[in-house]
Amino acid sequence: MGKKWGRIGAFFAIIIALGILISQTAFDVARGTNLGLDLQGGFEVLYELDPDGEGELTEEDIQATASALSERVDVLGVSEPSITVEGEDRIRVQLPGVEEQEEARELLSTEAELSFRDVDDELMLTGEDLEQGGASAGFDEANQPMVQVTLQDGELFGEITTEISQRPEPENLLVIWLDYDEDEHSFYEEVNEPDPAFISAPQVSEPLPTDTVSIEGMGSLEEAEFLAEMLNAGSLPVEIEEIYSNTVGASLGEQALEQTLFAGMIGVALIFLYMLAYYRFMGVIATLTLAVYIYLVMILFNSIQGVLTLPGIAALILGVGMAVDANILTYERIKEELKDGRSMKSAFKLGSRRALGTIIDANITTIIAAAVLFYFGTSAVQGFAVMLIVSILTSFITAVYGTRLLLGLWINSRSLNRKYWLFGVKERDVRRGL
Amino acid sequence: MDFNIADKNIDLIKHRKTYFTFTMLIVLAGAVLLSTLGLNLGIDFESGTRVDLMAEEPLTEEEIENELAEIGLAADDITLAGENNEQASVQFIGDLDQEESLELQGHFDEAFGHEPNISTVSPQIGRELAINALIATGLASLGIVIYVAIRFEFLYGLAAITALLYDAFFVISVFSLMQLEINIPFIAAVLTVIGYSINDTIVTFDRIRENVRKEEQEKNIEDFDQLAGIVNKSLLQTLTRSINTVLTVLFAAVAIWLLGSEAITSFAFAIVIGLVAGTYSSLFVAAQLWLVWKNKHIQKQREKLEAEVEGSES
Repeated sequence: MGKKWGRIGAFFAIIIALGILISQTAFDVARGTNLGLDLQGGFEVLYELDPDGEGELTEEDIQATASALSERVDVLGVSEPSITVEGEDRIRVQLPGVEEQEEARELLSTEAELSFRDVDDELMLTGEDLEQGGASAGFDEANQPMVQVTLQDGELFGEITTEISQRPEPENLLVIWLDYDEDEHSFYEEVNEPDPAFISAPQVSEPLPTDTVSIEGMGSLEEAEFLAEMLNAGSLPVEIEEIYSNTVGASLGEQALEQTLFAGMIGVALIFLYMLAYYRFMGVIATLTLAVYIYLVMILFNSIQGVLTLPGIAALILGVGMAVDANILTYERIKEELKDGRSMKSAFKLGSRRALGTIIDANITTIIAAAVLFYFGTSAVQGFAVMLIVSILTSFITAVYGTRLLLGLWINSRSLNRKYWLFGVKERDVRRGL
Repeated sequence: MDFNIADKNIDLIKHRKTYFTFTMLIVLAGAVLLSTLGLNLGIDFESGTRVDLMAEEPLTEEEIENELAEIGLAADDITLAGENNEQASVQFIGDLDQEESLELQGHFDEAFGHEPNISTVSPQIGRELAINALIATGLASLGIVIYVAIRFEFLYGLAAITALLYDAFFVISVFSLMQLEINIPFIAAVLTVIGYSINDTIVTFDRIRENVRKEEQEKNIEDFDQLAGIVNKSLLQTLTRSINTVLTVLFAAVAIWLLGSEAITSFAFAIVIGLVAGTYSSLFVAAQLWLVWKNKHIQKQREKLEAEVEGSES
């Protein structure tokens, strides 16, 4: 008698412990999940690097570009940016939760190549002559926003300004460009535009032997700060081109998350009800192990730094289906053995053992499919594949071993012996005399 | 509640020729659909830009066209969505450049109060994605065949792969018929269906293998009826499990399909039809094909044996 209640007591102790653990930590687990762009809004772009006619793209070029991009992202202050090199000449930048998407996109794609030219677009000074990290935003005497840059060599600037100051007006201008493009830009075309492509074109009336240069003509302090930060982050070593981009509005992402979670809960609730109705007592065990399963999958997924996307949620819910299948396979076997007239204990033992081989075969094939998906898929599909693999592995722990433990405690307590209806088996279906 | 199917006297084998004909007709219809209607490839595969909009008020196509005209753009396709048409998806063939899409984003944010989703794919990327998807599917199938051939035997693998190709083809055909958009999540859906289909087929085959072994302990399997009896018994024994599993997975998939986000409606729908096709194919295609092939194999071996015996006698 003591043993019987001991086992049932152990069952309830486990359930209560799990219940406390899950209810105390579920909220943190949910909050700790990284949401994909499609669920929280944000911006993703794939760049192709162009070696700019200078031969092959080297590994260093790619790494240098990636780190330049990541410095720029730091300027934006995105909480969880992801910058990954894809293939041989691509870099994917993902900025979840970025609100100023427009600014982000401009900041990323600009080459940040500052150049000083004369009115005939002849190059006088390039960004390479700037001191690293020497740019700062501020105000001039007239309280206008400006950017101050430091040159590596003050004499050079003296020579240039000497040369330009000797030219007749109005040709004595030093035109300051950001991302000058030979094919597109020319001073004389732009100078008459209301919003010219160059930053400013100050007049040089005397030689300036200095190593600090002020760039005026900024529209606002923000613009000045933006330029200064960009110059400090450095120019990109190679040209980049946007070949794929995806922006998700925050409200659309949030709505997608809410809707899909709601749908998922309904789906899982229906599964629970069905299992309870069909497998009775074993359904209760299935419901308990499935709840633990969902909790464990989320923890595992967080611990491998997975990013939850819409297809990922779908995979999680389908994973519930796979976990249920392991339960169903086992329960059906147990029912068969019971109908064959075996005792509760041996039906449970045999049924679990016979179902295991099938579960292993069926799950390994699905893992093969998921692994291939992960290897060949792009980011969203990869998220789905990771979730599927995590789901299958977890379902093994909960649906196979969890069920064995929990159901085993009851079976071995012998308190369920001959209570066939609890297992969804009709007594008249049981063959006697085996 | 108990289906108790295993104890009922149902012959699933008798009408196998009807199933084969029916399956062939579906495949034929699918082939016709694919060659006439073709597939509605989304911008994931065909370069272009897709903009998903949301507004507080119901939208009309005209309204969206007017807003686009204000920034000098014309859409190639506008589809309204959401309960009261307060969402819309606008497609542009050929990708918008960065400036255009930034302008569009700012404009619609102002006009409707919600920032739109914009995704742009260049032609090269689209092609690569399509090729990658094909390779992934092919390799996944290959891996599965190899595994099944090792764990079971080659004929099981062959029958299983036929069934899963049928399932994938069926889903693609339905998408062709309804002209639903094929995108990256769709590929994930097809692969899930393949995974599920193989799962289902393996469970059935596992039982057939077990029953074949049991029977062989008593006597050799020689004639078709004997083999058919084993297959029928195995199918009936696993039928309850098949029904229960597909029902529970369907609960989840249908819920996501009907209640989930617009963005994965077609993903969930693909899984729903795939699940139904997968259950059908494990019952009526995979197991039955194996039965026919295995029987032929046994007959051939017996003839060979008889020929050898005759040869040694003469």
